[in-house]
Amino acid sequence: MAKKDKQEINSVQLNGKTVTITNGPVGVYRTAGSVVFDIFNYLIITLVALTTVLPIIYIIFNSFATELELQTRSMFIIPHTWSLDAYRYIFASNKILRSFGNSILITVCGTAINLFCTVTMAYPLSKKYLRGRSALHNMVIISMFFSGGMIPGYIVVSSWLGLRGTYWALLLPGAISAYNMMIVKNFFAGIPQELEESAHLDGCNDLTTLARIVLPLSLPVLATFGLFYAVGHWNSYFGAMIYLTDDKMYPLQLILRNIIVTAEASAGDMSLMDPNFVEPPKESIKMAVIVVATVPIMCIYPFLQKYFVKGVMVGALKG
Amino acid sequence: MARAERQAMYGKGKEYWRRLLIDVAKNKWLYIMLIPGVIYFLVFKYLPMWGIIIGFENYAPFLGPLKSEWRGLYWFQRFFATRKWWDYLRNTLVLSFMSIILTFPAPIILALMLNEIRNIHFKKITQTLLYVPHFISIVIVVSITYVIFGADGIIYKLTTQMLGHSIDYLGDPGVFRWMIVGQSIWKETGWGTIIFLAALTNVDTQLYEAAMIDGANRAQRLWHITLPAIRSTVVLMLVLRMGSVLDTGYEHLILMSNSLNRSVSQTLDVFVYQNGIVNGQYSYTTAVGLMKSLVSVIMVVSANKVAHMLGEEGLY
Repeated sequence: MAKKDKQEINSVQLNGKTVTITNGPVGVYRTAGSVVFDIFNYLIITLVALTTVLPIIYIIFNSFATELELQTRSMFIIPHTWSLDAYRYIFASNKILRSFGNSILITVCGTAINLFCTVTMAYPLSKKYLRGRSALHNMVIISMFFSGGMIPGYIVVSSWLGLRGTYWALLLPGAISAYNMMIVKNFFAGIPQELEESAHLDGCNDLTTLARIVLPLSLPVLATFGLFYAVGHWNSYFGAMIYLTDDKMYPLQLILRNIIVTAEASAGDMSLMDPNFVEPPKESIKMAVIVVATVPIMCIYPFLQKYFVKGVMVGALKG
Repeated sequence: MARAERQAMYGKGKEYWRRLLIDVAKNKWLYIMLIPGVIYFLVFKYLPMWGIIIGFENYAPFLGPLKSEWRGLYWFQRFFATRKWWDYLRNTLVLSFMSIILTFPAPIILALMLNEIRNIHFKKITQTLLYVPHFISIVIVVSITYVIFGADGIIYKLTTQMLGHSIDYLGDPGVFRWMIVGQSIWKETGWGTIIFLAALTNVDTQLYEAAMIDGANRAQRLWHITLPAIRSTVVLMLVLRMGSVLDTGYEHLILMSNSLNRSVSQTLDVFVYQNGIVNGQYSYTTAVGLMKSLVSVIMVVSANKVAHMLGEEGLY
């Protein structure tokens, strides 16, 4: 109710007519064309929103279908009979479970490294009195617009640094996103200088000031960028594909790619299984792996959406 | 900072170095903190830039970049001598311009439509749904595509029934680019609206009120107030997009390319990946990659010039 009252405050007397004005671009005083437009607008947006989620819902439902139903019924969204066979197979399969663990390891370690390097670089750069600041600033900006390219980067990581076959090859090359670092730096620069000065008077050095004063004040920003980095690690497959040599180290996304895109049936893995195990339902397994790879992100998404959006807004306004 | 200014601040000669040492000592923790970041940028950003040198050599891994044989512009000549270079460039440009023309306006239109929604709850729910695909990895997007558009997929069966003949969504070269662009639109349109919606929230609502009192209808308000309000954001995004005009998203393309659609899926990026990382022709592909990077820089600079000519702030 309160919202409605607020919207109707602005009434203007104009040529003897009362024109009511709402808080937004749309007036209450409306023509037929305007109403028709609204109807179509709501309709189209609803359709677009449905298109974004329907494929995901379809996959989730179908991952619970039996293989028989998938083959015999030509088109359906909600299965007649529900079955957990696909998930049972996945959780019995070493390969997929192990890769799930690998993905968690990479995401946790990677995000920790990202945040550490981003913060320790952003904080000194936020100090205007630091000598050499503008040179370092330029160094970062140039790297945003020109890069060595795919192959020199690959050679540096794999042969000059010798990181091929280790997780370091996935964790280090993207340790700092220049763009994110600049936004964090701008945020640090916006923290009142007096706070830090008083900490210095109380005997803090720059390191302890950062840890005790600045970081606690920046938790929302750190959460935002931590999440951006974490989603990036969870979702990436390319680094793992080109740098990792041992398939026991593969993350989930790469396994998923191998199962579906290159259609490599996990034959080796199946032979290790219990001989009494039923022939795995192939089509529903694909869907179940997709679900398993998406679930962690979908679980955190509703809680974090507002941070994500805020992060983009900060970048949009200040970057 | 001008030299004279710097001298006035820090003195010159010996005095300069003395003051510098004092400053560094005073801020020693700040400089210590910088170490990981600076090493990161030097090793992972600037060392590869220096590594471009192998594009002018016949790089042999066991000799290293300093001792490998110098070949000058050999690899560039070789690329243009293959005559297939035009196929790669054409595939790159067609896909890129298709994706700019189709994917660039999509979030702008959607943002404008969302901006006209008055029901706050409806707006919130749709926005929540629209942002979801951005967080889904490209592997999953492609996997969902394989499942839905593949021979057992629901869309494949549906269109086969409706059209009376089947469409090979995953193999047909004629469909390939539409699939790529469609996936990009599905994944990023909702997320892309955020930046334009942010620009729209900065519009002074009094402008709309004044326009309404002046008798402007909805279309006129859109044209005269809303569009000018997001104009500079649109230009900025377009300048940024022009910088990646030759980037076709190899992580996406190599997932979708197969032996059937090779004639259209081979872009410069895919060429570099295939011949460089897979086949180990490091020098050759570094040279091709360098040309790509140079074009990107030129595109950003000229797009920015055009933006300035249009009276916009642009990127810098």
